[in-house]
Amino acid sequence: MMQNTLDIAIAQARQNNAAQIDLLTMNIGELSGVIPEALEFAFEVLRWGTMAENAQLEIKTIPVVCHCPKCDRDFQPEEYIYQCPRCGTTSSKIIAGKELELASLVVSS
Amino acid sequence: MCKDCGCNIIDNVVDPKTHQHKIEIERGILSKNDRLAEQNRNLFKEQELLVVNLLSSPGSGKTALIERMQVERSLLGTNNLNLGVIVGDLATDNDAHRLQHRGISAVQITTGNACHLEANMVAKATQQLDLNSLDLLIIENVGNLVCPAAYDLGEDLRIVLLSVTEGEDKPLKYPTMFKSAQIVVVNKIDIASAVEFDRERAIANIQKIAPQAQIFEVSAKTGQGIKLLLAYLAEQLKIKPSIQPLHG
Repeated sequence: MMQNTLDIAIAQARQNNAAQIDLLTMNIGELSGVIPEALEFAFEVLRWGTMAENAQLEIKTIPVVCHCPKCDRDFQPEEYIYQCPRCGTTSSKIIAGKELELASLVVSS
Repeated sequence: MCKDCGCNIIDNVVDPKTHQHKIEIERGILSKNDRLAEQNRNLFKEQELLVVNLLSSPGSGKTALIERMQVERSLLGTNNLNLGVIVGDLATDNDAHRLQHRGISAVQITTGNACHLEANMVAKATQQLDLNSLDLLIIENVGNLVCPAAYDLGEDLRIVLLSVTEGEDKPLKYPTMFKSAQIVVVNKIDIASAVEFDRERAIANIQKIAPQAQIFEVSAKTGQGIKLLLAYLAEQLKIKPSIQPLHG
């Protein structure tokens, strides 16, 4: 997964004629199944010998947001049981929290 | 073009001295996999094939469940729901042989070190199957309740299987996987009392974590409950165009 991220980042940086990548920012949802520490560890290994060798990795954790069909409102569940705080309905409609994205890069020439 | 360094970026200069730029990307890390999964989904749609991604821990009985589905299918005397299987493991083609022995068209994918199947592996494996002759394609994923959750394979439905020996709290321990399932199958119910399986608690846990899931209780060994599961899948095949994939 980190390799995919680096591949996308390097392709984008090259397209923009950049010489090196200074910062990668990723959005990782709490429900993505991915642990930020695992990405950080993989990044430490994979960045060597690439144009991201001296780059920082910033991971933004995106909290889970659900939609309650009964109240027709969004809520942030406090645990893995997605219960609406207003009416107690268990929701399976997830609005946010599954993200696995490369959000942006900072590059220099 | 930027006048300072010749790069393509003229906006979003972070630091004019070092000439750093910010590039907005907002791209899914797995966008390549998602694209290939969509291609698979289109192929399966053309073939009017119901495709199931079957997920569980190692040893929950994925292969045994498919074997029993094949047996019960022929007992039912129905000619529909012709089964094909793509089976993923790190090593060996034992499972594909087991299934072929039952008269099921099965293709083995050995992933080497990979702990999950990806859409491109499935695309390649489907070339070895006569999709035209199939109604139901089961993709038996690598035994793992973590990583496969993130990888769309182009399936219509996800079945997560847990067996009574694994404990009632499995859904609480692996919520991401259970939340991605439309069907949860509880297997090995023939030995439930021997292992003091608390059925009510297990079902309640599944419903709390995965309120969207249909629950089936089966024994791949004795065949109990398999007909209901088969009937449900036959029904899903009929309404395939209206099935909404949960993940992605």
